Amino acid sequence: MFTLLKRIITAGLLAFKRQGGLTLATVFVLIMTVSLATCLYTFHYLTQFVISQIQEKVDISVYFKRDASEEEILKIKDEIAKFPEIKEVRYIPHEKGIEDLLKKHPELKESVEETKDILNLASLNIKAVQSFQYAAISQFLEKEPFKEFIEKVDYYERKPIIEKVFSLTGKINQTGFILSLVLAAVAFLLTFNQIKIAIFNLKEEIAIQRLVGASNWFIRGPFLIQGMISGILASLISLFIFSFLFYFLSPKLVDLLSGFDLFAFFKKNFYPIFIIQLLTGMGLAIFSSLVAIRKYLKI
Amino acid sequence: MIRFQNITKIYPPNCLTLDDVSFEIEEKEFVSIVGKSGAGKTTLLKLLLVEEKPTKGRIFFKDQDINKIKRSKLPYLRRKIGAVFQDYKLFPTKTVYENVAYVLQVIGASDKEIVHDVPEVLEIVGLADKKDNFPCQLSGGECQRVAIARALIHRPDVILADEPTGNLDPYNTAEILRLLLNINDLGTTIILATHNKEIVNSLKKRVITLEDGKIVRDEEKGRFIL
Repeated sequence: MFTLLKRIITAGLLAFKRQGGLTLATVFVLIMTVSLATCLYTFHYLTQFVISQIQEKVDISVYFKRDASEEEILKIKDEIAKFPEIKEVRYIPHEKGIEDLLKKHPELKESVEETKDILNLASLNIKAVQSFQYAAISQFLEKEPFKEFIEKVDYYERKPIIEKVFSLTGKINQTGFILSLVLAAVAFLLTFNQIKIAIFNLKEEIAIQRLVGASNWFIRGPFLIQGMISGILASLISLFIFSFLFYFLSPKLVDLLSGFDLFAFFKKNFYPIFIIQLLTGMGLAIFSSLVAIRKYLKI
Repeated sequence: MIRFQNITKIYPPNCLTLDDVSFEIEEKEFVSIVGKSGAGKTTLLKLLLVEEKPTKGRIFFKDQDINKIKRSKLPYLRRKIGAVFQDYKLFPTKTVYENVAYVLQVIGASDKEIVHDVPEVLEIVGLADKKDNFPCQLSGGECQRVAIARALIHRPDVILADEPTGNLDPYNTAEILRLLLNINDLGTTIILATHNKEIVNSLKKRVITLEDGKIVRDEEKGRFIL
């Protein structure tokens, strides 16, 4: 068994070395495939980052009645924060509320000055985990025991924009998924065809191997070893290309990508990226070899 | 050892290549199969290697019906048969040494045996000094000698030679023939398919003559008559 394995590995290494042109073409196609897989992985993270950035901006505010004390508001805040649907609850005191209002509408300065003692601008800013939860949260707050303290929940005013934002992010996710599927299919076909051509060129040799009594695994083995080496080589080259690209492009793209730092992402996800590249390169090469060689072994 | 029993082979759609062919070959025999091009000589050899299956009839190798052997077990049958082809069928990306050693690797011979046997066989076929050459660096005669070395290295029960001298000059033809006779003297059955009259007549061995897919003559110490 060990001798057989040793012979298969040696034959694979020799074939990799001697079939220079074919090997180079296969490695080149694999680099493209592995790069595509890396791009898809990065794109997935990037879209998730952009989506979370957009969703971060969505919230609802709960305004309180004039007689609601800060203590009562904070108690309600603690109550609300216990629910798993709530991602974050932030208390905005009356003074901060006035400050924010004036920042947003400086033309209202006079009216605010006149009414600031009869208004209560303290509020709770709520962020939900999912968009559809805002309606339920809003309805929940409008019931007892919160009802008597709450003046208004601005959900119904913000509903159209909230729904629009979440439908947009949903579409981004969906498009990303479809795009990933299409690109993955393209990458697979590209690799499979290259390996099919490489094996087609060796079909005579495979036939001779069968005729001199080689078992199927003795014939397949070296092709699998070649596939593995090509996959590893393609992964290493792609890793080098991406580290180089991300290092130099990251500072230039960080503003364009809403603050997404490509190189930081690459450093943080170095091992997952390398494993994805290895699995894509080696997996596709081995799978394609196994499938492509099948019909030539029927002699 | 080998028995063809009422073998008919029709290639689709309706090309009758062998028509109810029956014969037997004993151990250590040297049999020439002669006939014009298209008479069915190569098909006979392909059937014995299970490269093709007969349309009708059965083929026995050492009392085993070879067409009932599972595809996964075919290598074991083929390891008992050495084959030499007109177009050599050498591995172009392997050296002479590797081409010959490959068969020993296939049958699971030890590295020690390979290191011992391959140079010895290359010496027999006169190619010891070309062991590191690739087939593209050899002449036709040398390629055929490598093919013979590869066919006999694992001491098969039978060697099939399909027009082994078809591409060779008279000098190399005589060399190849001498090698085949020597191998036969050592006890290996040889089946030689050829349309070379001089070779067959000089051998003075059994000759099976095929014409339009039928056996028209089967003679001990026969001659090439068409």
